[in-house]
Amino acid sequence: MGLELYLDLLSAACRAVYIFARKNSIPFDFQFVDLLKGHHHSKEYIEINPLKKLPSLKEGKFVLSESVAILFYLCRKYSTPSHWYPPDLHIRARVDEFLAWQHTAIQMPMSKVLWIKMLIPMITGEEVPAEKAEQMLAEVKNSMQLFEEKFLQDKMFITGNHISLADVVALVEMMQPMGGNYNVFLNSPKIAEWRMRVELAIGSNLFWEAHDRLMKLAEWDCSTLDPMVKERICELLQKFK
Amino acid sequence: MGLELYLDLLSQPCRGVYIFAKKNGIPFELRAAEALKGYLVSKEFTQLNILQKIRILKDGDFVLSESTAILIYLSSRYQTADHWYPSELRARARVHEYLGWHADCICGTFGVPLWTQVLAPLIGVCVTEEKVERNKAAMAQALQQLEDKFLGDWAFLNSQQVTLADLMALKELMQPIALGCDLFEGRPKLAAWREQVEAFLGTDLCQETHGPILNILKQVANKTVPPPPPEIYPYMLFRISRIP
Repeated sequence: MGLELYLDLLSAACRAVYIFARKNSIPFDFQFVDLLKGHHHSKEYIEINPLKKLPSLKEGKFVLSESVAILFYLCRKYSTPSHWYPPDLHIRARVDEFLAWQHTAIQMPMSKVLWIKMLIPMITGEEVPAEKAEQMLAEVKNSMQLFEEKFLQDKMFITGNHISLADVVALVEMMQPMGGNYNVFLNSPKIAEWRMRVELAIGSNLFWEAHDRLMKLAEWDCSTLDPMVKERICELLQKFK
Repeated sequence: MGLELYLDLLSQPCRGVYIFAKKNGIPFELRAAEALKGYLVSKEFTQLNILQKIRILKDGDFVLSESTAILIYLSSRYQTADHWYPSELRARARVHEYLGWHADCICGTFGVPLWTQVLAPLIGVCVTEEKVERNKAAMAQALQQLEDKFLGDWAFLNSQQVTLADLMALKELMQPIALGCDLFEGRPKLAAWREQVEAFLGTDLCQETHGPILNILKQVANKTVPPPPPEIYPYMLFRISRIP
């Protein structure tokens, strides 16, 4: 029994793992868990990951969740090139610092933009109050600025001249609003150039293949949405009010 | 100049770094950073850390923020005992798995009671009952998951020995405990885990580290908490608005 990865590429965290595994030719079985159909709440999936989150890695009886943990695990287990997670203490610490910071500073606001711009209006028929939406977008802008000043600076990639896990995680998160036709790269030429470099380092085919489901989100027929997921989205709308 | 740590023991992440450094005998100079005195937004501090958060490490010219990164850095740099951040592949993966979940489900959730009960009232803001209840439910769910998924039958989180995960968890949970929330009521497993972690760290060190936060209610009652200077009001209002 080989490596199984439980994924839905709608999730940025899943895309990071998918891109990394494919780029490094790590053989795995892609187990699709459809978030929009609520399959992450299914009995079968709960047995694999009781926290009902994606992505998950399964290797025989060993099950691991959390994308950063999975990325580190794959790095070591498959002895991927050292630039992904450099051995130098200071450079590695910078990657760790970014990966810790991005949870609240990048992942949350970027995913919220997708909810606000696309999913909530599409599913509930209601718009999030303009003031809250503005607040969210301001937060995104602030995070992008901090990213540029603190992590990217004048370098080609976050750690210097080579792509690392930090760049992959950063980019897939920043792509999330694209699913709702909101492009966060427009404000900063520096970040837009970095985005291109990361895409090329990954390989454009792989990059866009990984983002295909996200980019087609607008075409999705939301009448097939799982009622439990719909309920959760309505709850989310309440939090924004 | 050796290792400098800019820490405010009222802040959960700072406590984790402080305890780890002291427990492992890592020599450092403590630079007290007190959030409530506006230190956070002072120019000098901002230059040091653009991210405008406390929990800073300065090692010569090298500056690092984010407690997770700092703890991992210290464990490697000072070659601390393996159990903290195990070198074995799967054991280490478990620590990272916890830290990832912690960032989503513990951070930001267990810090809310300090804001709702102490900090917001300090600047005359009242957080709605709805948000307070929502936070209580979030904490309850997180504690259940902590117990079921991460503690299970282990002595510590996913391990038979103390790891960075236990440190990060405990220092967050101390925040609402300090305010009188009995998180471990009806949760004997978690209560036992807490005792084991504190026993391992040592009572003196725990008292020293948790002293300031455990005193906070007393300070509020005695009105000895310094009122925050106006320049940090915008930051505080921003943090309050982020409470879901």
